[in-house]
Amino acid sequence: MSDIRAYEQPGEAGFGDYVQLLKPRVMSLVVFTALVGLLVAPVSVHPVIAFASILFIALGAGASGALNMWWDADIDAVMRRTKSRPVPSGKVEAGEALAVGLALSGIAVVMLGLAANLLAAALLAFTIFFYAVVYSMWLKRSTPQNIVIGGAAGAFPPMIGWVCATGSISIEAVLMFALIFMWTPPHFWALALFMKEDYHTAGVPMLTVTHGRKSTRNHILVYTILLVPVAVGAAFTSIGGPIYLAAAVLLNAWFLIGAWRIWRRDEAVAEADSYAVEKSVFRFSLYYLFLHFGAFLAEAALRPFGLGGW
Amino acid sequence: MAFRPEHEIHRRRFGRNLGVAVTLGLFILLVFALTVVKVTRGDPMQAFDHTVRPELAAPVEEGQ
Repeated sequence: MSDIRAYEQPGEAGFGDYVQLLKPRVMSLVVFTALVGLLVAPVSVHPVIAFASILFIALGAGASGALNMWWDADIDAVMRRTKSRPVPSGKVEAGEALAVGLALSGIAVVMLGLAANLLAAALLAFTIFFYAVVYSMWLKRSTPQNIVIGGAAGAFPPMIGWVCATGSISIEAVLMFALIFMWTPPHFWALALFMKEDYHTAGVPMLTVTHGRKSTRNHILVYTILLVPVAVGAAFTSIGGPIYLAAAVLLNAWFLIGAWRIWRRDEAVAEADSYAVEKSVFRFSLYYLFLHFGAFLAEAALRPFGLGGW
Repeated sequence: MAFRPEHEIHRRRFGRNLGVAVTLGLFILLVFALTVVKVTRGDPMQAFDHTVRPELAAPVEEGQ
């Protein structure tokens, strides 16, 4: 490219803009949950292989984020929360995001297959497909259940981490999957309640837009009630223990109270205090997930000293 | 002849190129480390290739 053309493009992307395509904040959650899945497995993994596995799982998640940004550039441009992303802000072309997403998807899946095992690679490939095609291209714009089903994409990383170590899927991996899967709807619907204009402007059929806000509050309560047995039940498997059980009981009680407080409010009350309860439940839901997986990790870390587990 | 002052866009391009170079360098190191680990973990480094290799045969236990 000549210097003259370069000067005509003040919005040329820097390296950081390509990193932003990979949704680093989502990647950090993926890294954490996949790492926990790998570390709590009853098989020791060589540190280099563990590091490579987590890296390629994160890269796969980042690649699906880039594919999502390519596909959703039009709705990202009209939502306040997303309009500064690299594609809608004009720093990276949509085609580049597609190329980065496809290339990194291929690299991540092949390298995970070589570093860990084929089942882990297959699960990662399915996760990328699920997030980019099933969620982004299909469900997100067509059904208010988009995040319920789409939440599966975010729930796979701990299962993939577990499979990297053990080579197979077991009840523990399924429960870690189910924990994130059931947590996603109340987490996102709490966000949707106070970011209402964004989804409405973009025409994304969030539950708040299609079924109204009262129905969303009902859904948050129901999904939180369904989440509790999954979260507490994991305490009685090989990855659980008294520390996890205590943490799960407290966190789920708190989350249930939060969901109940959201459920009994109406819009007038919520508007009056600028959605204070919805915002606090949304913030708490982040700690909720982090602390559950932290408790799994604590059980695994204490097990060699005879303290973790049952 | 005086050098032209460096434009901001050149710095950004340099940053991008440097980022790609460092990423590729780290990737090479990681693949090398993975190779070393996989090869030295005691996995068999020979396989059947149409010649007799007694060292690949399973050891016969006493009394069999």
